Amino acid sequence: MNAPPIVRIEQVTKRFGSFAAVDAVSLAIPRNAFFALLGPSGCGKTTLLRMLAGFEQPSEGRILIDGEEMAAVPPNRRPVNMVFQSYAVFPHMTVAENIGYGLKVTGVPRPEIERRVAEAVAMVRLQGFEERRPDQLSGGQKQRVALARALVKKPKLLLLDEPLSALDRKLREEMQLELVRLQHEVGITFVIVTHDQDEALSMATHIAVMNRGRILQISDPRSLYERPRTRFVADFIGQVNVFDARLLDRGETGVRVMVEGLGEIEVPEREPPAEVVALAVRPEKMEVRTEGPQAGPLQLAGRIGQIAYFGDHSRIFVECDGLRLICIRHNRSRIEETPLAEGMACYVSFRPEDAVLLSS
Amino acid sequence: MAERRGAPGPLEYTRRLWLRAWLAATFLFLYAPIVILVIFSFNDSRRNIVWRGFTTKYYAKAIANASLIEAFTNSLIVAFISTVVSTILGTLLAMALWRFRFPGKAAVEGANALPIVIPEICMGVSLLVFFSRIGLMGGISWPVSLTPVVIGHIAFSFPFVAVVVRARLEGFDRSLEEASKDLGASEWQTLRHVLIPFMKPGIVAGALLAMTLSLDDFVITFFTSGPETITFPIKIYSMVRFGATPEVNAASTVLIAITLLLTVIAMRLQTPVREEETR
Repeated sequence: MNAPPIVRIEQVTKRFGSFAAVDAVSLAIPRNAFFALLGPSGCGKTTLLRMLAGFEQPSEGRILIDGEEMAAVPPNRRPVNMVFQSYAVFPHMTVAENIGYGLKVTGVPRPEIERRVAEAVAMVRLQGFEERRPDQLSGGQKQRVALARALVKKPKLLLLDEPLSALDRKLREEMQLELVRLQHEVGITFVIVTHDQDEALSMATHIAVMNRGRILQISDPRSLYERPRTRFVADFIGQVNVFDARLLDRGETGVRVMVEGLGEIEVPEREPPAEVVALAVRPEKMEVRTEGPQAGPLQLAGRIGQIAYFGDHSRIFVECDGLRLICIRHNRSRIEETPLAEGMACYVSFRPEDAVLLSS
Repeated sequence: MAERRGAPGPLEYTRRLWLRAWLAATFLFLYAPIVILVIFSFNDSRRNIVWRGFTTKYYAKAIANASLIEAFTNSLIVAFISTVVSTILGTLLAMALWRFRFPGKAAVEGANALPIVIPEICMGVSLLVFFSRIGLMGGISWPVSLTPVVIGHIAFSFPFVAVVVRARLEGFDRSLEEASKDLGASEWQTLRHVLIPFMKPGIVAGALLAMTLSLDDFVITFFTSGPETITFPIKIYSMVRFGATPEVNAASTVLIAITLLLTVIAMRLQTPVREEETR
């Protein structure tokens, strides 16, 4: 896997006035990746995507797509196509005309257009809809038209700007699977912008978390969730219990940290961050018991504050010495063995290897 | 229809008798003269005061009236040229105002609205003074002699086109333009395949508006036309001065029909595209 990356972004900054929407970002997107730019709204992810498409020019730095410098290349000459958040399906053209538009304007001969449009229509499963107009399509169908229209151009890079945000939940989940299937099928690198962490985690092979114009972490979904490096990332991706902590010393097998409310803990972490400020534990790694204390140090006594029932799991909020912890209990059986109730005294415990050390 | 009971609601104006009467009175006031004009164009009477039976002979007479037909031709020529030019100018202006930010934009927008609000009589007089000053009035032969009228008509009708096209452009999703470029289209291709089709209803409506305005304009035409270049409305005016014969009615009816037709087309094209329902 030593192929050069398809996209190289080098020290790119984009300023609007004095505000840096994207601030000295460098990243490489590997070939055939499903790359997600994830962050809260206004973090610069869309600006970064628009710079890849060519709709914005970097104030500083450079962007290379497949080894080629993009600064002087206008959007219509980039080997890149985009699926817009609003879909931007041309209202006065039929589905087939929409899909064939990009081929028509670049002078592809008519028989080839017809063949490739038919292929693209089949790929997004819109057979029978070729002659429909966009106002006769549902949101999901328009989305497919936008996808087919971009993919029919066989770009080196497909950009997707919050593609699923306008769909309702069930359709969104369907389209997530569909996008992953398409990406495997066409073998094109996908770059998706999203603020929805579930979307990023379930679809992407690589996720870059952005905040305030900077990239905080780039990882595969699992590492991002299980090994977030900073407080922001841990907090943004999923839910987490964060304890203030500081590093005491490093050993061969792990580090000792002083954790507020828990005391001294040894965490089997071989590469802790240089500066530890917090210790985080995901709620599903926290166990809530009502029976008396067990052996082992990582135990907190508390009282159940609130229980939120979600069907497949319940979120249990436990008050411990002024800390409010969130724990997830999976409802694996129909019969609740140890029923929990609000106000009960309880013990919360977790294993030290499930704890993550965070820097600021 | 389910039967509604109780007192009529505030918006149920069709259920209040006095409001209905008011509506009827308004329509009567607005359209009765026109209806009578049309009816009396078929009146078989020279004096045209009392109804003396149905005839279409005054239509035939109007068609046989050479100077009336000449005036009609002039009107059509003026309307055609001024419509084409003002549609192009108005559309370009609308696009410039919609798309760009430039110093003095507000002033340009204001100046654009000026011919719409300025009294026609002022515009007519000022155009007359201006054209005489540069020597465009009189002493030139037909059809060049129509030039001042055409220029006058363009001047007052292209702002209407601009307003209509601009209103249409407000609903344009900029990402359509970006999508077009993203798919490989040049600026010109985007204009041709995306922007113009989108503006088309506005352009057509604006053009029809310009055409109706030009066809029945009297005041500005009166000031800018020379003695030999008479347009249809002016001809009718001069005919009325020698008595309102059914011939005048017949000619006016034709003008009304043309104007009505163009207005209906313009209105139908202007009805906004219904927002596509999502799902």
